[in-house]
Amino acid sequence: MEFLMAIVIGILFMAAVYLILSRSILKIILGTGLLSHGAHLLLLTMGGLGGTSPPVLAEGVADYADPLPQALILTAIVISFGVTAFILVLAYRSYAEHKTDNMNLMRGNDEHD
Amino acid sequence: MINLLLFPIILPFLFAIILLFFKENIKVQRLLTCIGLLISLVAALFLVAKVKADGVQAITLGSWPAPFGISMVSDMLSALLVTTTILITLFVVLYSFTAIGEERERYFYYPAILFMITGINGAFTTGDIFNMFVFFEVLLIASYLLIVLGGEKKQLRESIKYILVNVISSALFVITVAYLYSVVGTLNMADISVKIAEIGQPGIITVIAVLFLIVFGVKGSLFPLYFWLPGSYAAPPIPVLALFGALLTKVGIYAIIRTYTLFFVHDVGFTHGLLSALALLTIVAGCIGALAYFDVKHIIIYNIVIAVGVILFGAAQMNEAGLTGAVFYLIHDMLIKGALFLLIGIIVYVTGTSNLRKMGGLMKTHAPLGWMYLIAAFGLAGIPPLSGFVGKLLIVKGAFEAGHVLGSIIILASSLVVLLSVIRIFIYAFWGDPTTVELPTTNRRTYRKMMMPAVALVILSVLYGVGSEWLIPYMTDATDVLLQPSIYIDAVLKE
Repeated sequence: MEFLMAIVIGILFMAAVYLILSRSILKIILGTGLLSHGAHLLLLTMGGLGGTSPPVLAEGVADYADPLPQALILTAIVISFGVTAFILVLAYRSYAEHKTDNMNLMRGNDEHD
Repeated sequence: MINLLLFPIILPFLFAIILLFFKENIKVQRLLTCIGLLISLVAALFLVAKVKADGVQAITLGSWPAPFGISMVSDMLSALLVTTTILITLFVVLYSFTAIGEERERYFYYPAILFMITGINGAFTTGDIFNMFVFFEVLLIASYLLIVLGGEKKQLRESIKYILVNVISSALFVITVAYLYSVVGTLNMADISVKIAEIGQPGIITVIAVLFLIVFGVKGSLFPLYFWLPGSYAAPPIPVLALFGALLTKVGIYAIIRTYTLFFVHDVGFTHGLLSALALLTIVAGCIGALAYFDVKHIIIYNIVIAVGVILFGAAQMNEAGLTGAVFYLIHDMLIKGALFLLIGIIVYVTGTSNLRKMGGLMKTHAPLGWMYLIAAFGLAGIPPLSGFVGKLLIVKGAFEAGHVLGSIIILASSLVVLLSVIRIFIYAFWGDPTTVELPTTNRRTYRKMMMPAVALVILSVLYGVGSEWLIPYMTDATDVLLQPSIYIDAVLKE
């Protein structure tokens, strides 16, 4: 199972890197979304996939699924959700000002302002 | 008073929330921000005194036993950094009253600063590696708001790049924490240190060490990863630039120092060798940048990069002199960069440009500004008895003790470049004939109001240099914890 997850995570990272290296802002933002999905899946896998073990419900249970990675992922998902929302609005605002979503045209220096 | 170490985190947070209700009333916002920062400063000073008297303070949230709950740990290093952060923010806020403009003040400028302080102080204080990620995000999201606030064309363009770089480095942070968790099975920093010591330092831990270096190197602008910094930092207005320059990169540096003295101490030859090599390259790259530009903002921004290299090189020596020097220089750099950016802001205000070629003759019209700038410049370059000297001396001493002769020479040579780069501003802006340059009409009262916090910061940095003898016990306390992780571990795990 971990092996399968490793391949899935690898594909997610690959797609994310491809998108981030493109010119359009929107594709880059989608890329960062995929990157954070990959990171979250990695976090889940690294905590060990518990299989059929139950969550921690009662005292004295020796075999249980590790609850920590799930708590971490929840936190990380909320954060990446907030940041993605912010950056989408920012990209729209920037598109309205610059009339372009091409990163190559947004290189700029002081003389261009 | 066991909760004392949480006060510098919670108080700015509380005041930031209160400020959100007074969006239109700028006077109330200014007053409350100052009150909040003053109370936090008092709490931070109490914290320093408490840590000095009783050693490392630790608290685990929710009364969970130590390795399971989220620990907050305040040793001397983090207590000093928290105090300096609040102090600098206070002066920058006072400066902002005149410099930032009402339009920005009305759109959550002060709450954003206080939220950022919450994140910074949290990152300095936390004893849990995932919690550090969360506090990094808190300070980053507030900094996203600050960097884009105002919505100028240039700000929008640069803030997109700033945010993208940070989003990617945050994803890397999560990945690194995931790897670390899979190896040691814990997130508590003291516990991680114990577990790594138990298993020695196999290859995977070294890989994680390098990953951490990349993650924090992006935030702290270490050599190949500093490329985003000059462009992004030059975009926002000066008070925001002062805050970013004085505080944000230092969080990354603190994180590197903390992880490289607490976790990865079993293969020092590789990890710390890499760190010191990158630090030296950072210094060289920063020196080239500082000499290449004719824009005052860019010159000082590249000086941030140089300072990052100097501090990390000192920390990489892993001996007492080097680490004490790094801590000394870290706090010096926060104070002096704050002061320099505020002074640069005044120069830009009175000349109406940040291009050196269009300046000149300010000494005849604004003499106090010139003298203050000169003192700050000498302090930055490390001319005794000003504040940069002691730190740099100790770092070079540590490097010689560790046998890094070449590194010491580069550090010493970089001081000359730093001096040259800042004196160039002095020569171009203050010398010359004032009649050849047409100054825009500026309000003398505004100028004086802007001068006050800047002068106060310069005086503070001078006192920091002159009073270094008195500060040495505090610095040694900070270094002891860095050199002997067992002090930190005992404070957290044996409550």
